[in-house]
Amino acid sequence: MISSGEHLPALQVVLPLLAAPLMVLVRRGTFAWLLATAVSWGTLLIAVALAARVREAGPIAYAIGNWPPPWGIEYRVDAVNAYVLVLVSLVASVVAPYARASIAAELPRDQRYLFFTMFSLCLAGLLGMTITGDAFNLFVFLEISSLSTYVLIALGRDRRALLAAYQYLVLGTIGATFYIIGVGLLYLMTGTLNIADLAARLREVHELRPVLAALAFITVGIGLKLAMFPLHFWLPNAYAYAPSAITAFLAATATKVSIYVLLRLYFTVFAVRLVFEQLPMAQVLIALSVLAIVATSLVAVFQRDLKRMFAYSSVAQIGYITLGAALVNEPGLTGAVAHLFNHGLTKGALFLLLGGISLRLGGTGIDRVAGLARTMPLTSLGIVLAGLSLIGIPATAGFISKWYFVLGAIEHGYAWLAVLIVATSLIALAYVWRFVEMAYLREPGPGAANPREAPASMLIPAWIMVAGCIYFGLDTSFPVGGARLAAEVLLGGAR
Amino acid sequence: MNFAGHYTYWVTIFLMIAGLYIVIARGNLVKKLIGLGIFQTSVYLLYIAPGKLIGGTAPILAESFKTYSNPLPHVLILTAIVVGVATLALGLAIVVRIREAYGSIEEDEILEKDRSEQGDR
Repeated sequence: MISSGEHLPALQVVLPLLAAPLMVLVRRGTFAWLLATAVSWGTLLIAVALAARVREAGPIAYAIGNWPPPWGIEYRVDAVNAYVLVLVSLVASVVAPYARASIAAELPRDQRYLFFTMFSLCLAGLLGMTITGDAFNLFVFLEISSLSTYVLIALGRDRRALLAAYQYLVLGTIGATFYIIGVGLLYLMTGTLNIADLAARLREVHELRPVLAALAFITVGIGLKLAMFPLHFWLPNAYAYAPSAITAFLAATATKVSIYVLLRLYFTVFAVRLVFEQLPMAQVLIALSVLAIVATSLVAVFQRDLKRMFAYSSVAQIGYITLGAALVNEPGLTGAVAHLFNHGLTKGALFLLLGGISLRLGGTGIDRVAGLARTMPLTSLGIVLAGLSLIGIPATAGFISKWYFVLGAIEHGYAWLAVLIVATSLIALAYVWRFVEMAYLREPGPGAANPREAPASMLIPAWIMVAGCIYFGLDTSFPVGGARLAAEVLLGGAR
Repeated sequence: MNFAGHYTYWVTIFLMIAGLYIVIARGNLVKKLIGLGIFQTSVYLLYIAPGKLIGGTAPILAESFKTYSNPLPHVLILTAIVVGVATLALGLAIVVRIREAYGSIEEDEILEKDRSEQGDR
């Protein structure tokens, strides 16, 4: 008899994966919602337990079906993915209770149980991508999460959601296929798909050309999935037209998991020596990240829809994360991993609050929110606080990770980059200010006929996220402590 | 370079480029999905072709068999085919919904309709 604690890595994925077909069998919206909420809370408990165990006793290896790796599929939890697991399941646990009221306004009754089915599948896919130690298994989970994401985006009320879902489907499939081409080339060279085994055997490969091709394919493929500039064109439309709850969930988790995959492949599989010392990938990544930050922040300033505005800002924030990773030193990577969490919280909070605005005002156009501070004071205040975290004001979560980016840039000897990081925060200030000006300094327009605060079931989850943005700016032991351990693991190579 | 010996790679690359080209160059949403299908098919070949050894048998441990073909790529690609079918089915389902909402499956006509609708506001 094996203790149940040993099976936590498998349960992490199996729980939401099994919940999904159950919802389809029962076909009740309320049941599906309760189950989705229970399952996401369950995954959060498991993720926290795994993270605690990794901190105490080091990496956990779990052989699925007791087939020993590298032949069987291995689930492997270390300081890096334990951290990402906590982020994904935490966001799911906050979004699932929120989704009910939000979805009730956006979807017909007979489709609601399907929404939660797709949500659970998406959660299972994202958790699976994070926890698996097998490069091909990762592709399968990537496709599980992607396919359910396409469906969720297509559920948006606006007909443009359909086109956004279609475009994301085409680009997402190209991205996943590029990834699998890269993995195929690595398999041809090493004969293994296990990530740890791949890392060890790649050291012995002397014919580098296929390995470089694999690196190129994987970079472009995963770059598409994480919306790395200039491969981000699917993201603004997908975020703008998806149902509110899904925008929040995706913005906080999907791109973050893809960034984790890129970090894992660069640092663990290909290793720093190949990617950053023999190839100029650091310079390429820094150039793209800087372009992403400057260009998409500026584009965000001129958007007329708040959801689109924050969607462009997401591309810019992803730029900060890849920038931190490309510095390849401890503060930079710590900042990158911490920003996964901090930006996840911040954007999650913003999109959850925008969901409330969309529910009450019927849309998120910037003209609609005139005088919002009077009609929806809590929502407005929440957006301002989360906006401060987005800018990176001290005592918010966003400040902590930017601080590490600046430290990383200085340690790397790029003082100009440190200046740039601070300067671009001012662009974020510009677009957050547009909301403040509209909501606080304007009279309510005639269009705001139904001025009420969002329902409590939506406000409370959103404010939990907002509180997180402030709390983790003051007490940094989890986000930064965890991120520092993760950075050490990544820089330590395969082990 | 051994051109004839590597012909499976040339076929793979041709399918890959042809598929990607169709996705980019065609405006018809169904044709784009066909291109996507061809693109994915090239990967099946990339995996399976190198697994085959001429004269190789299935991996059976017996005295009389010396060379084995690798069966693992087949299993992997079986999974990839399932993923490809699901993607294509979902893509076509979305195209059906797009056609219901816009009355067209030509990308430029759909974008034109969105643009004129925004202009009305």
